[in-house]
Amino acid sequence: MTALPLLDVRDLTVEFTTRRGIVKAVQHVDVTVAKGETVAIVGESGSGKSVTSYAVMRILDRAGRIAEGSITFSGLDLRAADETEMRNLRGREMSMIFQNPRAALNPIRKVGRQIEDVLMQHAQAGSQDATAKAINLLEQVRIARPRERYHAYPFELSGGMCQRIVIALALACRPQLLIADEPTTGLDVTTQKTVMDLMVELTRQRGMSTILITHDLGLAATYCDRVTVMEKGHVVETATARAIFTAPEHAYTRRLMRATPRPGVSLRDLLPEDAARPTAQVLPISTDKTPLLAVEKLVKEYPRQGAAKSLKNLFRSGPSPEPETFRAVDGISFTVGRGESVGLVGESGCGKSTTSTIVMRLIDATDGLIQFDGEDIGAIPAKKFATLPIRKRIQMVFQDPTDSLNPRFTAARAIADPILRLGDVRGRDAVRTRCEELAQQVGLPVDLLDRFPHQLSGGQKARVGIARAIALRPELVILDEPTAALDVSVQAVVLNLLQELKESLGMSYLFVSHDLNVVRLLCDRVLVMRGGRIVEQGPTEKVLFAPEADYTRELLAAIPHPTFEQDKPLDHVRSA
Amino acid sequence: MLRMILKRSLIAVPSLIGVIIVTFLLTRALPGDPAAYFAGPAATKEAIEQVRVKLGLDKPLIVQFGNYVADLARGDLGTSLTTGQPVATDIRNRLPASAELTLLGLIVSMLIAVPLGILAATKPGSLADHLCRVISTAGVSLPVFFTGLILVYVFYYLLGIAPAPLGRLDTFLSAPPRITGFYLIDSAIAGNGEVFVSSLKQLVLPAMTLAIFSLAPIARMTRASMLAVLASDFVRTARASGLSPATVIVTYAFRNAMIPVVTTLGMVFSFLLGANVLVEKVFAWPGIGSYAVEALVASDFAPLQGFVLTMAVMYVLLNLLIDILYGVIDPRVRIEA
Repeated sequence: MTALPLLDVRDLTVEFTTRRGIVKAVQHVDVTVAKGETVAIVGESGSGKSVTSYAVMRILDRAGRIAEGSITFSGLDLRAADETEMRNLRGREMSMIFQNPRAALNPIRKVGRQIEDVLMQHAQAGSQDATAKAINLLEQVRIARPRERYHAYPFELSGGMCQRIVIALALACRPQLLIADEPTTGLDVTTQKTVMDLMVELTRQRGMSTILITHDLGLAATYCDRVTVMEKGHVVETATARAIFTAPEHAYTRRLMRATPRPGVSLRDLLPEDAARPTAQVLPISTDKTPLLAVEKLVKEYPRQGAAKSLKNLFRSGPSPEPETFRAVDGISFTVGRGESVGLVGESGCGKSTTSTIVMRLIDATDGLIQFDGEDIGAIPAKKFATLPIRKRIQMVFQDPTDSLNPRFTAARAIADPILRLGDVRGRDAVRTRCEELAQQVGLPVDLLDRFPHQLSGGQKARVGIARAIALRPELVILDEPTAALDVSVQAVVLNLLQELKESLGMSYLFVSHDLNVVRLLCDRVLVMRGGRIVEQGPTEKVLFAPEADYTRELLAAIPHPTFEQDKPLDHVRSA
Repeated sequence: MLRMILKRSLIAVPSLIGVIIVTFLLTRALPGDPAAYFAGPAATKEAIEQVRVKLGLDKPLIVQFGNYVADLARGDLGTSLTTGQPVATDIRNRLPASAELTLLGLIVSMLIAVPLGILAATKPGSLADHLCRVISTAGVSLPVFFTGLILVYVFYYLLGIAPAPLGRLDTFLSAPPRITGFYLIDSAIAGNGEVFVSSLKQLVLPAMTLAIFSLAPIARMTRASMLAVLASDFVRTARASGLSPATVIVTYAFRNAMIPVVTTLGMVFSFLLGANVLVEKVFAWPGIGSYAVEALVASDFAPLQGFVLTMAVMYVLLNLLIDILYGVIDPRVRIEA
């Protein structure tokens, strides 16, 4: 190892003053980053990985403070540095990239100006050459037409482009250390690949050190030299990426590895080895061959300019330059059989959510046929559908377990909601009994039923959402990225739960997701969507292992796969 | 941008038509008989009827409305029964007085409230934060006639540094040649320093009174909106890139926090313009608020109609201005338009 690491965090403890007293978010954490090295800090939510990086940058919010330990950055004691010194370091010597790039940029300032702000602050450019330098930086992060994009506002750019701007900002003053905090969470998998590749390339060129903070072990192992695994504010394991992936030492790391969906494992494999096997009896799959749901030539068009269009046209002469409508869903057909689960996969904007919302009958299609159990439900207006008995038979689990629960309803009240509106169970006690029954079915402890959403964990909230969806014993459940907001270990449990429920209750699933690995675990068949059309469909194994469409191949290739060549020497540097 | 302004102006047209109709109906619904008032207390029934015919009040409502709109189109707002002047002239004379006072009050208020709000937001729980809370609560809970009287008592009666609260100018001076109707601007244009100083002196106390009253909404809104923006992701990015606190707070946070503040400013301005009757009374200010109240007491509907219409037009114009300001501040608004 080199003599002095660039960044040396020793015995770091960070405290937060909260209403319930002092909370230690990070305890006795050691992290070192050598010059030119890429280190990943991996952990689930609440593990303290972000707090550690904020402490390094000294941008903890007001309630947080460094209680113990030392942070040394190229020989400088950061804990003792005053605010002016820190300000000179931030952006110039060490910089940071954040999650959710669009929100990380000032919404009302031109992106070029934001880059200039950083350049001028650190005297890397004067007022004469700032613009040229900013445009040059945009070029370096591969923004097409940088001269034009200099004048763009963040809302005019895609998420991936915004993240490149943030990278340009972070690298503007050629810092020595880059901290990337979940830089690609929320981005599509292909965008994630281009952003990560770009980031790695640029930092290598400059000989920079990088800390990549992520919850994704695959991403960490693909792009990093060493991996530090954190759990509940502690570092549990630090080792080379290869060692972590091939021979994780700590039990937590092993659990994390196990819970990460990856090729070659089954749903059960995600759970810890000692987890109890489910004993639910499997319903025989109906022999009825007619599909439960049949969608034919479904089309959904949206007006391009919204309501202001007609007025706008008053001032415009000649034909409008673009078509007046936008086809979100462009004539797709598919079926979902009884007891079958079908995956609907695609990147943001491909129309998968629009499709699921139409099938759920929350919005009306522009054209096409939706048949449910032989009945033409597409012909029933969405407004009317909610009051019909057939509503009971199609239910939905929503993407965000927190946002999809009324914050003023207890878990029991949330689960009881569909029962009270559409169910046949009447009377306070009967409803309560049914809620408890459902809670048991989804593995939610009954004593949590009287809690409000903010008193429940992410996984518990997901269970409430699932219990609510199955409360009326539906035949078709639409799952809209039900695990996207969950940690991998929770995701593993929830996915298994969904599988068990499907088997014991004989439901069909339409599973909307962007994560091919998750879809592979849960679905029998998969539909790949792009630009409102289905580019490929077929049995999951076939589509994912022998894809026919180029787009499917592209999607699969973009999933981070750590590859460890045999000739690479196994580094045994470890510290627990 | 230009198209947005044009479009917004078009949207203002229906509201103006609505305002004209409502104004007309409202003033007709007022209690009291204007004909009887105009004819005088000693008039006979016949004399009152005569006046009614002369004023056109005997005709059906719809005809009266037609006449009213036709007059409006010619810029004729009718004649005030109390002052004997055309209402348009009265308003033209009095509106600048109110506008000058209100504007100055608002500027003073902004100069105090906005920095105070920013300071309170950047250091929540600090002395500045508590000061902000106390000042704005006190300001808004004291009625304007009370603060006005206190100011007069202290600065005119006790200390003797303020002039007597009697109108816009020292009684021995004459008004500057009218260009904008704002004495400060007109006297500056005319190069008349004496009038400028005198009108400024007269303005200070009433403007302060208004400023104290309007501190609260502006300071509180600035604080709340700054707090929200300071907690946002892009401010964190700005901090993490080492930008100076001044840049972070002014260029990044404040510009983003300004939209709700501008909205509040617009509301406060239009509210003060019509509602500062009490201040105008205390300082014998020849403004539009006191004019309207006098007309109301006298059942003099022409000035009242003129007043309501003027205020409504001002309000519509102000909203237009605010919408344009939104567009200047926030590029996202420009696209939506």
